[in-house]
Amino acid sequence: MSAPAANPPLLLDRTKAKRRAAWRRRGLVAAFMSPWILGFTIFFGYPLVFSAYLSFTHYDLLSPPRWIGLANYRYLFTTDQTVWPAVKNTLWFIAIAVPLQVLFALGISIMLSRARRGVGVFRTVFYLPALAPPVAATLGFVYLLNPATGPVNTVLGKLGIQGPLWFDSPQWAKPSLTLLALWGIGNTMIIFLAAVLDVPRHLYESAELDGAGAFARLRFVTLPTISPVILFAVVIGVIEGLQYFTQAYVAANVAGGSASYSAEGASELGYPEDSTLFYPILLYQQGFRYFNMGYASAMAMMLLAVAFAVTFVIVRHSRRFVHYQAPGR
Amino acid sequence: MRRVLGTLGLLLALMLAMSGCGGSKKSNSSSTDKVEPANISIWTPFVDPELKTFKAVVADFEKSHPGIHVKVVGGTNDDKIVAAIRGGNAPDVAQSFTSDNTGAFCPSGAWIDLSPYMKQDGVDDSVFPEAPRDYSKFEGTRCALPMLADTYGLYYNKTLLAKAGYKSPPKTISQLTAMAKKLTVRDSSGKLKVVGFNPFPSWYENVPAHFGPSWGATWMNGDKSALDTPAWADQLGWQKSLIDWYGYDDLVRFNAGAGDEFSASNAFETGKVAMHMDGEWRVAFLKREAPNLSYGTAPFPVADGHQDLSGAGYVTGSIIGIPKTSKHKDQAWLLVKYLGTNSNALAKLSNGIQNVPTTTASLESPLLQPLPGFQTFLDVFGNANTTTTPITRIGSANQETFQSFVGKYMSGSKTDLQGGLAGVDKQIDAQLKQAEAGQAP
Repeated sequence: MSAPAANPPLLLDRTKAKRRAAWRRRGLVAAFMSPWILGFTIFFGYPLVFSAYLSFTHYDLLSPPRWIGLANYRYLFTTDQTVWPAVKNTLWFIAIAVPLQVLFALGISIMLSRARRGVGVFRTVFYLPALAPPVAATLGFVYLLNPATGPVNTVLGKLGIQGPLWFDSPQWAKPSLTLLALWGIGNTMIIFLAAVLDVPRHLYESAELDGAGAFARLRFVTLPTISPVILFAVVIGVIEGLQYFTQAYVAANVAGGSASYSAEGASELGYPEDSTLFYPILLYQQGFRYFNMGYASAMAMMLLAVAFAVTFVIVRHSRRFVHYQAPGR
Repeated sequence: MRRVLGTLGLLLALMLAMSGCGGSKKSNSSSTDKVEPANISIWTPFVDPELKTFKAVVADFEKSHPGIHVKVVGGTNDDKIVAAIRGGNAPDVAQSFTSDNTGAFCPSGAWIDLSPYMKQDGVDDSVFPEAPRDYSKFEGTRCALPMLADTYGLYYNKTLLAKAGYKSPPKTISQLTAMAKKLTVRDSSGKLKVVGFNPFPSWYENVPAHFGPSWGATWMNGDKSALDTPAWADQLGWQKSLIDWYGYDDLVRFNAGAGDEFSASNAFETGKVAMHMDGEWRVAFLKREAPNLSYGTAPFPVADGHQDLSGAGYVTGSIIGIPKTSKHKDQAWLLVKYLGTNSNALAKLSNGIQNVPTTTASLESPLLQPLPGFQTFLDVFGNANTTTTPITRIGSANQETFQSFVGKYMSGSKTDLQGGLAGVDKQIDAQLKQAEAGQAP
């Protein structure tokens, strides 16, 4: 073993010191990041990896998982007849409720940005529903829209209109849930409002000088300027739509009048007639009611893949519509 | 950084290892004649006022078993039991309202096999009638004892029946149908005010499992689902024709205003329904919530041509067992044995909770003091033709798959009954196969 060609001692020391400093810096960075790294690894990374593993097993939560290869995925795509109705319901919600939510929130925020008086009151009133816990809000809507005793149908009845069956009708259950979603639009509305108020005034002024009317100002000034926020709202809306659970679960159980004392009686998930059986509800049913956690994990993996793919497609295609302001302006 | 990564790796490995550990200890099957004193715990789904009776019976156990102290936790459910077993902090004894989950608790070993204890103490499972004997074991493994049963029958409002000129309840389905129509009252706008018999699917206790026995309908043929039978077709055909007579939407509106099943606004308790299928517990609810209602009980009517099934019905019930994580299995067994087989304990529970006691001997117990109307359910329980739903690996998934189709057939969104039933069979068979995937042959 021969010694390597010796550097001058001073240079060696300086390099060592530099390296030490670099390591210290890295250590410091890692130390500052560690809360996030730990949280991410324990609460996101580990469950994700474990769920991916479970999707290749049969796992009843009580005995050790048994490796079954792709059987869960085969069952999901070729055999399980409840999956496609659930997928269709979820797609319905994404195609109808999500765009409506975005339009509704945008419309309200534009109106609120124009209000001259009582600005604070209106903003509070439109934001307030977002603070209502989802379960309580759903219970409230099921009560309001009760076809027999609810105030909405009572008023309609007085006007000579027989109100629909709302949460008790397969045709009306999803629109009823959409109404509930539109009512609780506060969070998106606040973000839109901030964006609308942030549109530089001089853009409107120059547009006006060019003879642009209200619609043209909206079309050519407001919308392009806030387009990144619209993109954000759409992406978040779609992801939340894919995970839609609480309201549908509560509405089905309450409207379906379930909770059999003997517990083996009627299950109301998806009531009426599977019209509110969204994909995450089916996933819950498989995992936690039927103790079929391996299959539920396979369903969760598919949901992740779809959420990822949809977000990717939206973001990719958004470049044509979304206008980012150059920094420093 | 490397150290951080190393620590993370170690942590991950530790968690993976932990998740793989079942933590089961070998069952100690030493003699239970003289067990060590111990503090044990039991979880029950009962809540007050039933929980009070349950605690009183457990207190009797403590008196007769000095040294064993029992902590009773009420209001639990199967989700909590499963989570606790996985977490290693399950109680020593667990009670479940969902006998369908025997198919999960037994084969997984989550509840231990009780046969060694039973053999040792000379407890034969012939002390239970056939149906509860079946729903508390799975493929020969007895991991639970039945503890109190639910049987179903017909409740009828005597005042409304008398007004319509009826002196006795219906015995056959055609009588039930005729009476239901005559007892139904609409207001001037055609809205249903009183429904003779409400056949709406999944309303209150209206599930196929509860109706099936009156048509002699069964669930399985060997290990295959067998719902595509004339018996089920008859049952569903009758239900559909009665629903159509009322008008599906009219019934939906009626149900929406009918009040919750487990509240004082229950439609039978408020006189909005004249005849009603329900479990034996309704007797206690009626005493508490509608003491002035004049009602009677009878076995559920049977399909015409099935008079041999008269007096029978559907039975299911609670199960009780020992989670594998229990540290005091011998003491836990004494409590399971007491609650599951002691005639006095079962009679006392039955008197307080108004559930059916589950051993043949306890049905004869002199301590038993059934409320008026309750005897019907004791008789249904003791009837040789009374049946239950089969326990499978997929829990209640088969029943719920069936109910889902029934709901669509009754509303008219599915019209092909035969094809639909065959489709349900196919789907359930696929579920069964999927649940068995990867099993050692």
